[in-house]
Amino acid sequence: MCPEEELQSNVSVASSSPTSNCISRNTAGGGLKEHNYLGLSDCSSVGSSTLSGLAEDDKATISLKATELTLGLPGPQSPARDTDLNLLSPAKLDEKTFFPLLPSKDEICSSSQKNIALGNKRGFSDAMDQFSEAKSSVYTEKNWMFPEVAATQSVTKKEVPQNIPKGQSITTNNSSSPPAAKAQIVGWPPVRSYRKNTLATTCKNSDEVDGKPGSGALFVKVSMDGAPYLRKVDLRSYTNYGELSSALEKMFTTFTLGQCGTNGATGKDMLSETKLKDLLNGKDYVLTYEDKDGDWMLVGDVPWEMFIDVCKKLKIMKGCDAIGLAPRAMEKSKMRA
Amino acid sequence: MNYFPDEVIEHVFDFVTSQRDRNAISLVCKSWYKIERYSRQRVFIGNCYAINPERLLGRFPCLRSLTLKGKPHFADFNLVPHEWGGFVQPWIEALARSRLGLEELRLKRMVVTDVSLELLSRSFPNFKSLVLVSCEGFTTDGLASIAANCRHLRDLDLQENEIDDHRGQWLSCFPDTCTTLVTLNFACLEGETNLVALERLVARSPNLKSLKLNRAVPLDALARLMVCAPQIVDLGVGSYENDPDSESYLKLQAAIKKCTSLKRLSGFLEASPHCLSAFHPICHNLTSLNLSYAAEIHGSHLIKLIQHCKKLQRLWILDSIGDKGLAVVASTCKELQELRVFPTDLLGGGNTAVTEDGLVAISAGCPKLHSILYFCQQMTNAALITVAKNCPNFIRFRLCILEPNKPDHVTSQPLDEGFGAIVQACKNLRRLSLSGLLTDQVFQYIGMYATQLEMLSIAFAGDTDKGMLYVLNGCKKMRKLEIRDSPFGDTALLADVNKYQTMRSLWMSSCEVTLGGCKRLAQKAPWLNVEIINENDNNRMEENGHEGRQKVDKLYLYRTVVGTRTDAPPFVWIL
Repeated sequence: MCPEEELQSNVSVASSSPTSNCISRNTAGGGLKEHNYLGLSDCSSVGSSTLSGLAEDDKATISLKATELTLGLPGPQSPARDTDLNLLSPAKLDEKTFFPLLPSKDEICSSSQKNIALGNKRGFSDAMDQFSEAKSSVYTEKNWMFPEVAATQSVTKKEVPQNIPKGQSITTNNSSSPPAAKAQIVGWPPVRSYRKNTLATTCKNSDEVDGKPGSGALFVKVSMDGAPYLRKVDLRSYTNYGELSSALEKMFTTFTLGQCGTNGATGKDMLSETKLKDLLNGKDYVLTYEDKDGDWMLVGDVPWEMFIDVCKKLKIMKGCDAIGLAPRAMEKSKMRA
Repeated sequence: MNYFPDEVIEHVFDFVTSQRDRNAISLVCKSWYKIERYSRQRVFIGNCYAINPERLLGRFPCLRSLTLKGKPHFADFNLVPHEWGGFVQPWIEALARSRLGLEELRLKRMVVTDVSLELLSRSFPNFKSLVLVSCEGFTTDGLASIAANCRHLRDLDLQENEIDDHRGQWLSCFPDTCTTLVTLNFACLEGETNLVALERLVARSPNLKSLKLNRAVPLDALARLMVCAPQIVDLGVGSYENDPDSESYLKLQAAIKKCTSLKRLSGFLEASPHCLSAFHPICHNLTSLNLSYAAEIHGSHLIKLIQHCKKLQRLWILDSIGDKGLAVVASTCKELQELRVFPTDLLGGGNTAVTEDGLVAISAGCPKLHSILYFCQQMTNAALITVAKNCPNFIRFRLCILEPNKPDHVTSQPLDEGFGAIVQACKNLRRLSLSGLLTDQVFQYIGMYATQLEMLSIAFAGDTDKGMLYVLNGCKKMRKLEIRDSPFGDTALLADVNKYQTMRSLWMSSCEVTLGGCKRLAQKAPWLNVEIINENDNNRMEENGHEGRQKVDKLYLYRTVVGTRTDAPPFVWIL
């Protein structure tokens, strides 16, 4: 187990073929870490050991399995639900906090459920976590979307979870990151979203042939239950689910804090852990998207490239509203394939 | 002027069509005011919150055509939350109640719903023309009501809207008796199109002059459509992918040759560049060419096409044309009046497709040029000074250097002198957008020379409040001022409150304006709506002690005669 190695992996994600569900991480120098997008080094739902330097060829074997729905045990370990956010580690992310409603027997919405059979899916919360930038701001701990997620690198360093990696390494921002990592100023350059989207669709259609990633933007609306207004995000400015998650987290955290405010906390106070816990335990949010056919699916079921291809809208729903969304994603993609 | 009976005066007024002129007429005397208001048929409202429908109808009871604009311009760039406002529903409801003989409705940046469209379609038996630009909130179901219920529909023009395409059969909702279509533009629809219904519709519309198709209309359908409509003047091609040797393509070639009235060409959302030559025979008639969505047409094919377009007056293209291509434009299109060059690489990845050389070439070759929108990676003062000398006739000059704060790439100086030369030379300049590294100096030039300037867009520019003050004090005709990410604060904002009475609106985002400053402004000017768009729920207005320090994310203020609007969402504070 080499925690340090984990931490040096490059953020950039090479464009994988649309049907592959492995994200290969391009690293400038060695330490090539090939992991499937779920963060699992292999496809078993049972714990996996650190995966380092998976060769490209293994991708193929992994990919199929990774997208299989399995009703396995909750994971290599079922860490006790630890509500102390500071100590959260990727391992604890195993917990279905993100997908409480995947093939599970219970129909519980609360985030405090354990032992939901998630199979490979749970890895997504890993994926999300792994990619969060190291932030020292208090917001990192308010990862309300993934209540058990610790978003700081330092945290994950300390904890050496049993199946750390689901193989995923913490990302560090390399200066050699692709353009997507450049500072994206809102509304700049001053080009209408309609134009950006239209060009993006055209570019994507032609570039798919060339194998290059589309260079245009792809704006989709993001709404959140209970938020006063919806936002737009450019899916092409992210390279994986983790980046998308942290961006959304930043955007919508203010609404959650606002709710805390109305509960009596003074607006300016930084949320204490207890307040946040109260908030998070009371609600549970999942990220869903509407695809080209108009169906709502849970985010994270399909490989990133496929996802941005089909995603029309995003919605951050309350967990209980999202029951039954999960299985269709894989069936649909199988039908398409 | 009371020598003439009212009917005669009214008849004279009929020849005065410009909104501004009619506004001026109405100010001459009470009698003219009265005659004018009863004969006014077209009204333009630049800010839907400046007035309400009741007062509009009170003054102009014989209204036939209404144009409404909703959200501020920067909403185009995602700076305004969707729920901010700009709802057309109350307008349509009020107009419907008044039994107005509405014939034409043009909306820009407004929220339109299917309910609104349905109501519109049922309330005005003579309704003829619907133009929606950059609107959102409706679906193809709304279009179906328009198609089905508007018996005399002439124009259905959807430009760059966000429409939920339910893949329904809205095209087949046009009754067989509908033969009056002149304009049909559905290029912004993303979904499939019922080609059979479309062809039948086009075939029974002998007056159809403008047809703009969406991506889902393939080449063979296009060929058939053009055979049905050889009288077409304005064509938007959807998908233009095909094999140059195929039968569809040959049919298309033949059909195009017959379209001798074709003057405007656009679309090519998906294009096989090799097939462009089908249009060469009619290029010499073209006055307007919009290839700004044709990302797949590059270099040589573009140039070959443009070389045939000697009469071009308006050209919209992507920067993939390059400086070389612009030189070809400059030598070919001597009638060019308006040029827009859009960026292909929005991430600014170093693709230097067009530079200051292209701009200079155009200015040198096209003496009639008066409007330009130019996205580029780099610029120099020298180039701008040359452009100003070559083209003193600019009415609209919008330059966007993709990297904020970028200086003259040769001298590393700010671009103050370059823009200064532009405003000094172009005495009729009405619209200006700035970019690159700019200090307060450029604003001093603008204040001094840009006497006709009506709209100014500022981003990442200036050093102190003086910059904004130069503009507010100097530009007497300023109507719309929009500023983002510039260090202007309360001093500039509050210096001349009455100035805002002469302007339509002011937008300031990510500047140095504080909540305290905005509150003071609102107090001094009750005829202004001062809106704060507050992105962070945590801010509370009650914190009286801290207002002076609390910076405002987004400020939008506008004059109004009807006070605070009632449909503002909770995150918009109206002070």
